[in-house]
Amino acid sequence: MFQILQEMISYSFLTRALVVGSLVSLCAALLGVTLVLKKYAMIGDGLSHVGFGALAVASALNMQPLYVTIPVVVIAAFFLLRISENSAIKGDSAIALISSGSLAIGVVVASVNGTNTDLSNYLFGSILSVSKKDEIICIAVSIVVVLIYILFYHRIFAITFDENFAKATGLHTQAYNVVIAALTAITIVLGMRLMGTLLISSLIIFPSLSAMRVFKHFHFVVIGAAVCSVLCFFAGMTASYCYELPSGASVVLVNMFALAVCAVVGSIINRLKKH
Amino acid sequence: MSLLQCKDVSMGYEGKTMLQNINFQVNEGDYLCIVGENGSGKSTLLKGLLRLKSLAGGEIILGDGLLQKEIGYLPQRLPSQKNFPASVYEIVLSGRLNQLGWRPFYTKEDKRIVRERMEWMGIWHLKKESFSVLSGGQQQRVMLARALCATSKLLVLDEPVTGLDPIVTKEMYDLILRINREQNITIIMVSHDTKASMEQATHILHLGKEQLFFGTCEQYENSEIGKKFLKEGA
Repeated sequence: MFQILQEMISYSFLTRALVVGSLVSLCAALLGVTLVLKKYAMIGDGLSHVGFGALAVASALNMQPLYVTIPVVVIAAFFLLRISENSAIKGDSAIALISSGSLAIGVVVASVNGTNTDLSNYLFGSILSVSKKDEIICIAVSIVVVLIYILFYHRIFAITFDENFAKATGLHTQAYNVVIAALTAITIVLGMRLMGTLLISSLIIFPSLSAMRVFKHFHFVVIGAAVCSVLCFFAGMTASYCYELPSGASVVLVNMFALAVCAVVGSIINRLKKH
Repeated sequence: MSLLQCKDVSMGYEGKTMLQNINFQVNEGDYLCIVGENGSGKSTLLKGLLRLKSLAGGEIILGDGLLQKEIGYLPQRLPSQKNFPASVYEIVLSGRLNQLGWRPFYTKEDKRIVRERMEWMGIWHLKKESFSVLSGGQQQRVMLARALCATSKLLVLDEPVTGLDPIVTKEMYDLILRINREQNITIIMVSHDTKASMEQATHILHLGKEQLFFGTCEQYENSEIGKKFLKEGA
């Protein structure tokens, strides 16, 4: 195992993919706990589709992809948040509309532009897509996400558990929601090309669900999700390297496996506690 | 100076008036029950008191040095919270949120108050338990302890006994009455249960899109509307 890792980091593009991927996994897991518990998980999925559309347009116009995608997805995040706060049922279909709409725009733009070959890379991810610049931005954003999470941990908990109570104690819950949505948007954009637009939302949802099977305290869930997410990413990348599998999909498969293991462990713990 | 005073308060939703002509005051140590039929604007008024919704007109004046953020709030039970992965201690601690200010973490003093309030509620031994495994009554005690962490003056309770069985309901009412009497914490409670309200409260506010009655329990019993409403409830 150690030898394989050593072999992997001898390729500079693979090192970059590992750095960016593990940082994105970490951030996605932290944000994911809140998103899943607040029932905003679909926003993550919607955002990745918007990101795909923006990415296709950016490359058609020959622009720096991150400069176009990050603002577009952040704006979409505010928008989706607004919709889901106003009414639950309408919000659900609105997210589906925006997702499929952006996907359609992306596919049409990409095919008109004659870059059909890239399409599968966009949709399912490619480890070759991570540039030096991505790496730097990714490190910076991850530091911000982790710092915000630590400094605002108690406030994030309060908002996740009971937004009305938090608001009644004078917290500007709307501002926190916007910050969480914006950070989610940026995390998704950074991880999108590596993991694939169709697969990136799994990084938000799987780790927190896995952690919730086993842990019943909020701080354990957060730490568990973060650790699980990073471990699954490394395991997935290693499997992808050894068996020449697509990287994004391998990471998702490992996450699925982890969820299954956590579900079994969780039910065993429950049974032991009852006795 | 009263603790809380409503002057000509009106509230609405998308241009429609839901509540108007609300005029009442609550003094320190009072126990006010807000009664009325479904849709009479009880919960709307609470949201106005807590500034969760803005007023369409009038004003709410806080006195006796009570700050807006120092109102302890027990919301209606949300189904989504039932399975929330959090320990009892984590939840009660979040009641100290209004004391954080710019600090990122809670102090020893916060933790001392959390312990004290949990002991009042008799839930200190449950501190490491997960919220999701508790019974309905225990969960309400946790939420009450959290509300008490936020205040030493005024508690606002939104239907605190909904969905609890009769024995646990009685325990809950006794607990609220004890908080009111022993800690001298003022209570404003929205309730469906008129009979219990009459036994517990010192004052009654009867709503029906507007203020139908405000006064003490005895006055309510002798009023036209009180007689009619109490008979229907019985």
